[in-house]
Amino acid sequence: MISVQKVHKVFNKGKANQVDAIQGVDVGIGEKEFLVIVGSNGSGKTTLLNLVAGSILPTSGSIHIDGNDVTKLADYNRSEWIARVFQNPLSGTAPDLSILDNFRLAAIRTKPKGLSIGINDGFKKLVKDKISTLGMGLENKIEQPMGTLSGGQRQALTLLMSVMDTCKVLLLDEPTAALDPKSADVVMKTADKLITDFGLTAILVTHNLKEAYIYGNRIIQMAEGKVLRDMDKEKKSTLKQNDLYDWFG
Amino acid sequence: MDLYLSALVQGLCLSGIALGIFISMKIFNIPDITTDGSYTLGGVVTAKMLVLHQPVFVSLPVVIVAGALAGALTGLIHTKLKINALLAGILVMTALYSVNLTLMGRSNIPLINTSSIFTLLNISADPNHNTFLILLVFVALVTLIIGYLLKTDFGIAMRATGNSETMIRALGVNTDRMKITGLALANALTALSGFMITQFQGFADINMGIGIVIVGLGSVIIAETLINWFRITSVWISLLFVLSGAIVFQFVLAFTLSLGVNPNLLKIVTAVFVLLIVSLPRLSASFKNPS
Repeated sequence: MISVQKVHKVFNKGKANQVDAIQGVDVGIGEKEFLVIVGSNGSGKTTLLNLVAGSILPTSGSIHIDGNDVTKLADYNRSEWIARVFQNPLSGTAPDLSILDNFRLAAIRTKPKGLSIGINDGFKKLVKDKISTLGMGLENKIEQPMGTLSGGQRQALTLLMSVMDTCKVLLLDEPTAALDPKSADVVMKTADKLITDFGLTAILVTHNLKEAYIYGNRIIQMAEGKVLRDMDKEKKSTLKQNDLYDWFG
Repeated sequence: MDLYLSALVQGLCLSGIALGIFISMKIFNIPDITTDGSYTLGGVVTAKMLVLHQPVFVSLPVVIVAGALAGALTGLIHTKLKINALLAGILVMTALYSVNLTLMGRSNIPLINTSSIFTLLNISADPNHNTFLILLVFVALVTLIIGYLLKTDFGIAMRATGNSETMIRALGVNTDRMKITGLALANALTALSGFMITQFQGFADINMGIGIVIVGLGSVIIAETLINWFRITSVWISLLFVLSGAIVFQFVLAFTLSLGVNPNLLKIVTAVFVLLIVSLPRLSASFKNPS
């Protein structure tokens, strides 16, 4: 589904503050694979995720998604395949827009945003039904601005929004880093359920080793812009949580 | 014309600027001051078209396109060359001064014995009421179009662009193109104000736009205060508040003049008035919680 080949990313090339964030990464991610990426700060894991998302473009190498060469495509041109959840709950939603407006935009992620009114009674009912599956009681608040909700509620809604339109790849950039343990648990369980139910290919970047242990069917450890360890489903299932802590020892 | 009816009519004429600033400042979060130039451009193009005896269905689209081009230029400079929006606006505004002067060929075009939108229809026998009614219908139509636009999928994407750029890019919107479109729309509305005021006052002048941006800012800030006060989320009510803001603003100026204040001091009164509205929420908060 996703193929990253010989990718390098250099920031501030030729200047005193040059950073070689990604130094020759080759990763192939199969369909319905749920890849977890761990690594210390500055290891390049978020940069790699942003390269796949298209927020930044590689210095060299190529990136393919679903057989399409997307190396030079901007992030907004990759939304055809990719939905994202950000570390900051504020980034994944528009706070001043109503929940309903946010969902409308998500529902037309892969389509042009035209000059017709897309929010009708049918759409409102659809959104209410979807939101009620979260069991947070938010289905009666769809006219409220998104900004009135808590971070956990917003992350959960962002996840739901990602499957409002056809979605193949879900990118999760430390989605629980800003949340309390209970909300984090709800968000990760929702993510895992959606990934299974919709057969998504997913990448989760996380600092939380417990999450890295529980979720996903493949794990990669990155260090200094390179892939240090790569464990497939079989190896990951034999992995113990303490082994993960040892990686950072 | 009665001072307050005159203020009302002026408020309606200037509501285009208010709507334009509402779009650039509140929806896109971009401080755009192309306004001074695009307002004059609207007026100049209108005067030129009227002198050439062009009918309104020709002059109106030309004015809209002229304003939109000015805004799109600011948008292009801001997004593609990554120039600060304020500076991009100043650059285009400055350049427009020469464009306007060249278009007019002199600094002032009086409109004598030319038709206008106000002679198009005779709704009321009293010409002043007629002017007011025609403007009311025109402004209502413009507001309806903008309100509808903001409710469409495109409009929601516009609102999201100014609110959460990372989100809307992830949802497949080219934010650069959206900002250029938004600034084009905002300045087309501003040019419409130039269109209306030129026909109302019967002349276009190269200096008519100097400091006009404050009218839009003041109107939007009045509207914003009301919107926050009443916790308004409806697009329609927000737009109505912006229109009211434009009218209230002119009433305050008319009232100041009626008190016998020297017209030379009008700009300082305007500035102080806007300062007052901006600082009102803070001032009232610090009176309640002195610390």
